[in-house]
Amino acid sequence: MAEGKDPEKEKRKIKSVKKMKAIMTKYYKKAKLAWLTRKKIAWITSGGPVEPLIAMNIIPVYPENHGAMIGASKMGVDLCQKAEAMGYSSDLCSYARSDISCAPAKGGPIGGLPKPNMLICCNNICGTVLKWYEVQARYFNVPLFILDTPFCHTQFTQEARQYVKKQVEEYILFLEKVCKKKMDHDRMKEVGRLSVEAQRLWQAVLDTAQNRPAPLSAFDAFFHLALIVTLRGTRQAVDYYQELLAEMKQRVADGIGAIPNEKHRLLWDNLPIWYRTRWLSQKFAAADACLVADTYTSAWCGALQYIDENNFLESMAEGYSRIYLNIGIDEMARQVIQMIDKYKADGLVMHSNRSCKPYSFGQLDIQRIVREERGLPSLMIEADMVDERFFSESQIDTRIDAFMEVVRERKSGI
Amino acid sequence: MDTAGIDIGSITAKAALFRNGKIAATKLIFTGYNSEAAGEKLFAEILRDAGIAGAEKFKIVATGYGRASVSFADKAITEISCHAAGARYLNDKIRFIIDIGGQDSKAILLDEQGKVKNFVMNDKCAAGTGRFLEVMARALEINLDEFGTISGQAKNPSPISSLCTVFAESEVISLIAKGMAREDIIAGIHESIGARVAALAARAGLAKPAMITGGVAKNAGVVKALEKALGLTLEVSPHAQFAGAIGAAILAQNLS
Ligand code: SF4
Repeated sequence: MAEGKDPEKEKRKIKSVKKMKAIMTKYYKKAKLAWLTRKKIAWITSGGPVEPLIAMNIIPVYPENHGAMIGASKMGVDLCQKAEAMGYSSDLCSYARSDISCAPAKGGPIGGLPKPNMLICCNNICGTVLKWYEVQARYFNVPLFILDTPFCHTQFTQEARQYVKKQVEEYILFLEKVCKKKMDHDRMKEVGRLSVEAQRLWQAVLDTAQNRPAPLSAFDAFFHLALIVTLRGTRQAVDYYQELLAEMKQRVADGIGAIPNEKHRLLWDNLPIWYRTRWLSQKFAAADACLVADTYTSAWCGALQYIDENNFLESMAEGYSRIYLNIGIDEMARQVIQMIDKYKADGLVMHSNRSCKPYSFGQLDIQRIVREERGLPSLMIEADMVDERFFSESQIDTRIDAFMEVVRERKSGI
Repeated sequence: MDTAGIDIGSITAKAALFRNGKIAATKLIFTGYNSEAAGEKLFAEILRDAGIAGAEKFKIVATGYGRASVSFADKAITEISCHAAGARYLNDKIRFIIDIGGQDSKAILLDEQGKVKNFVMNDKCAAGTGRFLEVMARALEINLDEFGTISGQAKNPSPISSLCTVFAESEVISLIAKGMAREDIIAGIHESIGARVAALAARAGLAKPAMITGGVAKNAGVVKALEKALGLTLEVSPHAQFAGAIGAAILAQNLS
């Protein structure tokens, strides 16, 4: 049956989505065919320093991005259960569980990730990745490089800087050894500059949501994030975000919002609930609420201030250490409050994510600090980013409804 | 203006009718598996019992888990806002509400005007809810209605340490096997709920005066344990179980 497209919906669609899908498909195809092109593949954690890989012509592959795809295609429960049958605890992060079971099962939406030649693990996001990558290093029998970034409670000490810098040097040596070739430092400089440029553009894209109505929501950002995670340091990422930024600016000029009738602006905290992004976005949109920003997607440009684009390798130590999940709770709360002010949020929505302990652990404190300092209402949603067994629709439905009643009542002053 | 509040909970469905700003009738039935049918039956019965004809002149607000299934309601509002409105109707000074229902418990903080300032609901676990008590009543083979009276005789409440309902049930069974006095076990169960709900209340930011609403408010043992854990007295209205329905009927007065 031929159905006419709803012009209102068409207008609101972000055109760059198509392009992003094409880029990501090509990227995964290229990675899967790496054995043909004799390119090396490195699996790397989402917060890990990818730039040296790009400079060495190694294809970076992200198990966490893969985990997000598994979650979004609702294949998480099956893979998590398989990992549990292998003996892994159901308390283990669902990215780790689905990745670990995906390797032998060759399951998931793309039939498993291409086999790695090396693994790069940076513990700036959590401690889980250490054991996870050790497991995979044994399974694939490939070398593993661990970059240990000390936790930055309040500051980055001189000792920490030396410690991480030393490891960055070792990282380069490791790559040179595995690839049996020297790093081209001019190329590395160029990659560093491109990386910084892409991060700036990404921040600029997110910044457009300061407008009313916001031209994109956090749900859109969750999608467009893929490139800044996987391919920062490439020209392609820079080009893409330039285009996306232009589209967002045009939307602002045309007054096109992410949702039809933006009345309330909310800030999202923690990873997306990948298998429910559509349900959640519709649920909030139905209450005229737009999630205008989030702490998650901004993590890929949040440490920009510490990075010197003309001296990337040197400054990288600090940039990669001071990311959102590797700082103290007071500092996290400060950043949340900054975002609330910047995006003029009316409320805070927190996803207490069973999988991600470092992200969820301090949320009650952050919630309290936000309440005390800004008096904003906040909502806690208990779920998991990939494992649907931890999502209870009717409970979350009631909580969102009640939260929106509070947000509305606060504003209307009845 | 005639208004009605229909509160479809997971275990029971409650209704309240308001005429001239006063409660005219309340009624409770079991929800059963069809919440839509329960809502219709409940509304028909409350009108019949109260001897009122002309359902169409009522403005109706539905609340509770089944709020979306009450197709004849003019509006659906969550239990948070309804319990707030209901509690303030029962006592217009109330600043804090603890509602323990069949499948969830919530703590609601109000400002001076009675607006909801903050609310916290239990996590997905059934511990600290009416369901928890039901499971324990079954394990003990005692009618739930007697829990309050029996626990009043306890001398030495048995500590129940498991947070999980299923584990707590096996803990209770082993206490029975050890020959512990049933009043002590029940008092222990109440204390465990009290501790759990008190933590929830602390998260919402406790304030006085506080009221307990929901079906579990009828259980004096839970109220006492909760008061002890919170360090304050809780107001219990005879209408506690109907607070949500009453609040819904009040909020229906705002519908034009
Ligand atoms: S625990 Fe959190 S940070 Fe670590 S891999 Fe899982 S989701 Fe990522």
